[in-house]
Amino acid sequence: MSAQAEGLVVAPRRRLRDNAVVVALRGSHQAIFGGAVLSVVILIALLAPWIAPYGEHERVGEVFEPPSSAHWLGLDDGGFDMVSLMMFGTRVSLIVGFSAALVAMLIGGSVGIIAGFFGGRTDTLLMRITDYFISIPDLPLMIVVAAVWGRSLRNIILIIGVIYWTSTARVVRAQVKSVRERGYIRRTRVLGASNMRLIVRHVLPQVAPLLVATSVLMVAYAIFAETAIAFLGLGDPSATSWGLLIENAFARDAITVGAWWAIVPPGIAVAIVVVALTMLGTAIEDALNPRLRVSHVSVRRFKLRAAPPRPEDET
Amino acid sequence: MRSTEYVVRRIAFAFATIFVAATLNFVIFRAAPGDATTAMRCLSCTDEVRAQLRQELGLDKSKFQQYVIYLKDLAHGDLGRSFQNRQPVLPQLWQPLKNTLPMLLLGTFFSILFGLITGVVAAWRRGTLPERLSVWTGLAFFSLPTQWLGIMLILYLADPLGLPTNGISDPYLSFSNPSLWAEFTDRLSHMVLPSLTLGLVLFGEYTLITRSALLETFGEDYVLTARAKGLTTWQVVRTHAFRNSLLPITTLIFISLGFITAGSILIEAVFNYPGIGLLTYQSVFQKDYPMLQGAFLVITASVVIANLIADLLYIKLDPRIVE
Repeated sequence: MSAQAEGLVVAPRRRLRDNAVVVALRGSHQAIFGGAVLSVVILIALLAPWIAPYGEHERVGEVFEPPSSAHWLGLDDGGFDMVSLMMFGTRVSLIVGFSAALVAMLIGGSVGIIAGFFGGRTDTLLMRITDYFISIPDLPLMIVVAAVWGRSLRNIILIIGVIYWTSTARVVRAQVKSVRERGYIRRTRVLGASNMRLIVRHVLPQVAPLLVATSVLMVAYAIFAETAIAFLGLGDPSATSWGLLIENAFARDAITVGAWWAIVPPGIAVAIVVVALTMLGTAIEDALNPRLRVSHVSVRRFKLRAAPPRPEDET
Repeated sequence: MRSTEYVVRRIAFAFATIFVAATLNFVIFRAAPGDATTAMRCLSCTDEVRAQLRQELGLDKSKFQQYVIYLKDLAHGDLGRSFQNRQPVLPQLWQPLKNTLPMLLLGTFFSILFGLITGVVAAWRRGTLPERLSVWTGLAFFSLPTQWLGIMLILYLADPLGLPTNGISDPYLSFSNPSLWAEFTDRLSHMVLPSLTLGLVLFGEYTLITRSALLETFGEDYVLTARAKGLTTWQVVRTHAFRNSLLPITTLIFISLGFITAGSILIEAVFNYPGIGLLTYQSVFQKDYPMLQGAFLVITASVVIANLIADLLYIKLDPRIVE
């Protein structure tokens, strides 16, 4: 840390381009595909008010009018243009996805770092709490909380974030535990660095990529969870999300009318975004650690279960 | 010795989880701004009616007292009375739970069936198009919203297959004094689409786990021996590899059973199937909080118990884990 030490070793400037993870990602088809799809979707979300052919609340024809050259995806249950609604829906769904993932990242990251860094009783206590939350099924819990808190976008974001932090906490904790024991951290501690400094300067940079990978996947789960909450009538009625579009069409008998155009597009959109995010997230995870034990294969049950230890872990 | 300790620990953890869920249940509903009487939004409620309701629900006591009373009632199986029909909650939960269970079992059967087929194909034809196809189909179905897939089945599969899409049985069937067999097939036909939705949504997980379990056993020495003595690939898969890959699959079944009890909420809402999920959905709509609390507790308990069975089964099947 002294000037002398810096003089001896000329630290190479760290560029994002040369980062091992970024290099690995550039070679991964999954990452490129996922990233490309995601960029397009984000662009649509950002530009929705300008590129949408009609307004969000603009009646342009009859209820459930079938697709035509003027309205490629027909009209929904209120006579609104589905293409426009889909674009505005992208906005809301992505906002929910990213904000909820951020909330989960903040809570899960803090819990994971504190538990992993301090160890001992703090660790046991925090991990016990995490285990309980993992064991309680999340959709019913979300429903119960949403039913009591009321229907608003902010509540939905908070609910998803507050319930989905557990997997982040576990992944981060495991990483922090191994980082903590590394030589340079011990040496810095001996030099008199405070816990705060150790965490911010030395632990956080080491777990940051992992935190990003988990959070990318979390965005997918959050978007998914939002469609479920909206479908159960607990969504924000004023915020047109993909989930709300499915719910509205279903509730207003689109099935009986045979208006597939009001239901099919939002479902496909959710699937595309979820697949893209999953590809990107798992690609980052693979790049970080090819032998990572955590497998995020399922949107529905991505959590790390408080599973019995496997035999090979003991060795 | 160690295995007894492991079993005791898992059971204690399961009970603790249910206790935590029950406490959460209390905290969430009591910590909300206002209380149950304001949330009911009853227009005819005068202040006296509210006061009476508050007294009846015990809301006039301190929070701690309320918590103690709540736990005591819970221990006696008293989950309060439904706001909707003023009847005790607990007895009203059994029938829906009984309706949900066979549907979930059929759904699990579907997902195992699809998962095993695609998983075996993927492992057997490793590195080829069939592998990628079967794995990606599974992942694609994973990524579809459950409720949306259910609606798609109603739109595109119900008519060609002549399957009902609503409820648990034909309400007019009873007029014709049906035979037991007719009643059974009627129930079964109402179960097919909801179960199929579950099966499709979940089979990808079985695909992946079957595939990796098979690939792992393919690397074992006894498989090499089997190959060396001249068995065909199919014979090796059938008699050697498949049997040993059943372990992870069995445990996954129980983990899923617990999970899908919760996941059935969306499916039952789509198909109007009167199970525990639909009950949850309806109590949200009717703001029937005691019912919602009860349903949440029952669902959590089923999930926790299914996970417990999975854990216990695991040591039965693979005693190495407690060593």
